[in-house]
Amino acid sequence: MANDDVVFVDGVRTPFGRAGEKGMYWQTRADDLAVKALTGLLERNPNLPLDRIDDVAIAATSQTGDQGLTLGRTVGMLAGLPVTVPGYAIDRMCAGAMTAVAAVGGGVAFGAYDVAIAGGVEHMGRHPMGQDADPNPRFVAEKLVSMDALNMGKTAERIHDRFPQLTKERSDRYAMRSQQKYAAALAAGNIQPDLIPVATQSAAGWGLATADEAPRPETTLEGLASLKTPFREHGRVTAGNASGLNDGATMSIIASASAAKELGLGTKMRMVSFAFAGVEPDIMGIGPIPSTEKALRKAGLSIDDIGLFELNEAFAVQILSFTDHFGIDDDDARINPWGGAIAIGHPLASSGVRLMVQLARQFEQRPDVRYGVTAMCVGLGQGGTVVWENPHHKRYGKGN
Amino acid sequence: MAIRDEFPLLAAVEFDEVVTHSHVRDISLPSGRTVALVTLDNGRDHTRPSTLGPATLFEYGDVIEAQRARAAKGEIDAIAVTGKPYFLAAGADLSNVGDLPDRATAAELPKLGHRVLGLLHGASVPTFVFINGLALGGGLEIALHADYRTINSAAPAVALPETFLGLVPGWGGATILPNLIGIERALKVVIENPLKQNRVLKPSEALELGIADVMFGPANYLESSLAWADAVLGGKKVDRPHTPGTLERTVKWPIALKIARDTLEKKLGTVPLAPYRALDIMELAKKNDRKAGFAAEDAALAELIPGDQFAASIYAFDLVQKRAKRPAGAPDKALAKPVSKVGIIGAGLMASQFALLFVRRLQVPVVITDLDQARVDAAVAGIHGEIDKLAGKGRVSTDEQQRLKALISGTIDKADFADCDWVIEAVFEELGVKQQVFREIEPHLSPEAVLATNTSGLSIEAMAAALQHPERLVGFHFFNPVAVMPLIEVVKTPATDDATLATAMRVAKDLKKNAVITRDTPGFVVNRILAKLLGEAMHAVEQGTPFEDVVEAQRGFGFPMDPFVLLDLVGLKVGAHVLDTHHTAAPDRFFESKALHELAEAGILLEKDAKGEPKGIDKRARKIVAKHTPADAKPLTVEELRLRIEDGLADEIKRMLDDDVVEAAEDIDLCMILGAGWPFQMGGITPYLDRVGASERVFGGTFHEPRIEGPKA
Repeated sequence: MANDDVVFVDGVRTPFGRAGEKGMYWQTRADDLAVKALTGLLERNPNLPLDRIDDVAIAATSQTGDQGLTLGRTVGMLAGLPVTVPGYAIDRMCAGAMTAVAAVGGGVAFGAYDVAIAGGVEHMGRHPMGQDADPNPRFVAEKLVSMDALNMGKTAERIHDRFPQLTKERSDRYAMRSQQKYAAALAAGNIQPDLIPVATQSAAGWGLATADEAPRPETTLEGLASLKTPFREHGRVTAGNASGLNDGATMSIIASASAAKELGLGTKMRMVSFAFAGVEPDIMGIGPIPSTEKALRKAGLSIDDIGLFELNEAFAVQILSFTDHFGIDDDDARINPWGGAIAIGHPLASSGVRLMVQLARQFEQRPDVRYGVTAMCVGLGQGGTVVWENPHHKRYGKGN
Repeated sequence: MAIRDEFPLLAAVEFDEVVTHSHVRDISLPSGRTVALVTLDNGRDHTRPSTLGPATLFEYGDVIEAQRARAAKGEIDAIAVTGKPYFLAAGADLSNVGDLPDRATAAELPKLGHRVLGLLHGASVPTFVFINGLALGGGLEIALHADYRTINSAAPAVALPETFLGLVPGWGGATILPNLIGIERALKVVIENPLKQNRVLKPSEALELGIADVMFGPANYLESSLAWADAVLGGKKVDRPHTPGTLERTVKWPIALKIARDTLEKKLGTVPLAPYRALDIMELAKKNDRKAGFAAEDAALAELIPGDQFAASIYAFDLVQKRAKRPAGAPDKALAKPVSKVGIIGAGLMASQFALLFVRRLQVPVVITDLDQARVDAAVAGIHGEIDKLAGKGRVSTDEQQRLKALISGTIDKADFADCDWVIEAVFEELGVKQQVFREIEPHLSPEAVLATNTSGLSIEAMAAALQHPERLVGFHFFNPVAVMPLIEVVKTPATDDATLATAMRVAKDLKKNAVITRDTPGFVVNRILAKLLGEAMHAVEQGTPFEDVVEAQRGFGFPMDPFVLLDLVGLKVGAHVLDTHHTAAPDRFFESKALHELAEAGILLEKDAKGEPKGIDKRARKIVAKHTPADAKPLTVEELRLRIEDGLADEIKRMLDDDVVEAAEDIDLCMILGAGWPFQMGGITPYLDRVGASERVFGGTFHEPRIEGPKA
């Protein structure tokens, strides 16, 4: 194993809340969510000397207000990092945190960093998606994108159009299974260990967020069938088979294998490859297909080498387009075994690291699996994929 | 039964209270245990700290009672209390105190505090207070009743300031604290700090003293506190190394109290009641009997709350907190001219002190001037040295040190004052000299520049006569030491225009001083009143009254020092000069003192010990004074002199008010508190003169209507 291998040392997240006035984080600042995630991460990795952190990359989609001001720098300062630790902000919409991991991972591979922090935050209650966006009129005038491209639900309807075999019934069934798998994982205690509790202010006094707020374990097919299709009359995409609007933050430590060894840090995963790819903006949900193909190609692996997939469930249909493409069953056990964003929620730019946190813990329980994939779709037509190797596997670090 | 029903008198009063609510939410801890977390929150933003008035305490008591009941039923595993962001609570709501109608109602207040704060003690489950922010007085006492305390390292202050305001920490603080952290440490918190200009503790100090068991950083303070509480509930041991043992109680306790009592008597005299009451309670605390201790606290507060000293203290506190920040008679702030460069005429000690203060606070170029270059150079070097000293002590950073030094310059060319917006003189205290420097500098100045004089007694109007533009001259009277004393008397002449006055007020504020506007009359406020006092003292001894009797006659006021120590402090020559000036202005009301001149010549007055502490009057001084005793001298009795002083002060102050020297009696009091350090318990001076009957005797009225005093019934 080479010393410039990039490893995922550890990752955590805040519990994910429901966006909006009734959500548990309504009175909690976005940057504070990120600070608490970072503080919690550092506290459970006491071996990491803070002055050894070479950079802090934190993503947010709406970089304004309490999500603006160069999050990597401000969150680092607020979390008590030494002034000598630099930081920056990243935006690739939903794949923000994933891009942060990829960016600092690239820096580690190049030898620029020994240790870096990568994470993301999105407070969709305080920053509804696209709220202050001012799209260039050329997009419309020159028909660069269809108007539907800016509405994620409409892009998901477009997947149903393109792949008629992906029915609403299949989407609903997938969504229900996500809720059930998450509930089972929660009951098994698989989710809680990586959550950092967050004190929440409210008019009724302080509370403590210790669990995700969005899951609906009671979801039934009948219930899902009865939901409105807000993006299109007689459409197929509903609030039930899509991720919701959420608040949350994630944070991870990425390091070189040699630095991890030197400092006595753990290694939960090894980064094998990553790739981002573009697709037509009005059908952005299929983005993970080309990004995954590209990442696998770079890793010299095939889809059959992948034992676990953590796919961001922006929409059920968008996951099904991925699995269908690769010839994987809708309820294949390798796909999101602990449920996904449909149950947990999807605070846009934070979700990438949430996928990694979950994959890392599954690796621990599944030494039989050597490779895993984290992948997600991105607004305006992109996909992102990171391929990981399981250090618990017997052939870890021994080449393909 | 609700708590309110147990306190019918308080419940019957309609207080104008911003109620701090006690919100309660159940928190699930990682272990699965449940803590009922009470949040104290008045629903206002960070500009209005949570305070504790009767309605707040009723609600808090009911909420904690309810949690105790739930605990008894096994529904919760712990009770915890914390505050809204930045505040646990800033103590009792002092704005209500004036509304207490009678002594019986006042006596319910300490009992209510003990009743409800005490609910965190002896509950069937462990209790915690998370000191998340400011915790003063009753706010800190809430925490002291709990079984365990955590503290936020970013909390701005923790303190028991009661004795500063004429009270005792009487909701359990005076009794519990010494038993928690030991008597010496508790004395520091309850007595020493409040009397050192109300010093407060930093969180790290509170931790070190043992007030808090553990400290967490602000980023995840509440999360960490809850996790720690969970660990404590799970059996984690909490060390309390400062808990007093038998040896401390039997040996150290009486010694510490004796030392504290002696120190207090020496520093404050025996007039202020509160600190001595606090000492009594802390002495009793040796037995660690909460019931007896709380009863003593109840008794002390029942005496102090309706007392005149407390009423005066609250009055004084309001003056310092509110009136000092909104000076009476100040013109529209918008009229103030910007000050982007300061000129100082003179290069002596006072000029150098000005230069240092102006450059630190205004951070603009400061140029000093004098007649010869060597003197100017020496002054600049001296100021640079002072800045270096500040840097050496870590008071300014290296960058700031460089910046400030670069801003200081010296010149003998008056033309270098051309772009100064504010020019202040600090030259010899003689009218002709001051007129001359102003006359010389004015042609070089821009038409907008403001001129200020630091004279302590000369007529500013006469000074202005030398100016082409008398409307731009203002008095700006500092007190020594300039860096420390918080008062500036801003003196307006009939000619001073509003823009000039507004500029002076703005400069005073930017210097972080409190300004009081006075008219251009001899001695302004502070020196005039001190001249009255010192003149009476010197007159009395010249008349053959023993020095000791003179000291005794002033003892009842509770001044910070006796008149002879004060004379020694301001300097005998200065003192003699001040008396002369006032005597010249009003020979029938102010005494001059030939004896003082001779004492000043000889440089003799006090006898001092090896440390320089005064221990009495020098025998040679007695002889010098005796020489000036006229044949028909009439020594005064202590009582006669006391009345003379009280009545003389009442008369002089009434004249000042009738003559509009300041806007109101409140401004006189503010001046004496800030400029002479006169105590809160006197309310400065006028509430005291009202309460001893001097105002009635002298002018058949009172300075305050209603009087500043507690309910008599």
